[in-house]
Amino acid sequence: MKVFSSYDNGRLTIYLHGELDHHAVRGAAELVERLLGEYLPRDCVLDLGRLSFMDSSGIALILRLHRRLVAGGGRFWVENVGAQPLRVLDAGGIGRVVQIAAAKEAKQA
Amino acid sequence: MKRDNYLKLEFPSRSANEALARASVAAFASQMDPTLDELGDIRTAVSEAVTNAIVHAYPDTVGVVWLRARILDGEYLEITVKDKGRGIEDVDRARQPLYTTGGEDRSGMGFTIMESFTDRLRIRSAPGRGTTVTMQRRIRRKPG
Repeated sequence: MKVFSSYDNGRLTIYLHGELDHHAVRGAAELVERLLGEYLPRDCVLDLGRLSFMDSSGIALILRLHRRLVAGGGRFWVENVGAQPLRVLDAGGIGRVVQIAAAKEAKQA
Repeated sequence: MKRDNYLKLEFPSRSANEALARASVAAFASQMDPTLDELGDIRTAVSEAVTNAIVHAYPDTVGVVWLRARILDGEYLEITVKDKGRGIEDVDRARQPLYTTGGEDRSGMGFTIMESFTDRLRIRSAPGRGTTVTMQRRIRRKPG
């Protein structure tokens, strides 16, 4: 699991690469918290375009980010979600709480 | 039901073994010619069951997790994850969405995901003695 980021005009984009499970989520959450503390973004986007696997550990991370951003008056959403992570988010009903945009391939599937 | 083939794994309840468990079952299931969605669902369900054993069965110690996958009647994949950890006091409550005793890193959606991604989910647990989770997923035979 690798975490990359970019920052532009108040918006922090966080890219997750690899597999996000219980083993990986604690390290990923620590990195994400560090990025939020460093940039203090108004908006935050989680880009899952290179995430090949996610279980409910990913749901916990997404809800945590959502709570953090919304509590500070900012916005948070998830982009480029592939087929497998999208099925997990759908099963958890997370789209009712957080704005989720599927990747092009996942929309076609 | 006719038992065709099986896989057995035993490993310590270390989180590094979550990826090994789901990859092993996915590799075993590939002989059933699943679709990518079916394979993704199987990997996810295994990951949830094994994570539960690691996080909740053995919270303060490293115990043993037993995993078995077997093919029944050529088109059902049955996955069993067993531990001899602390067990679940109230299984019905644990199955409720968003219920967790695992802190901020857990969403409480594990059993909901297992239920959604398999055709049958059975949980047997006794406090102090452990938990056995059995899941069945039908992998439809492809024409030709």
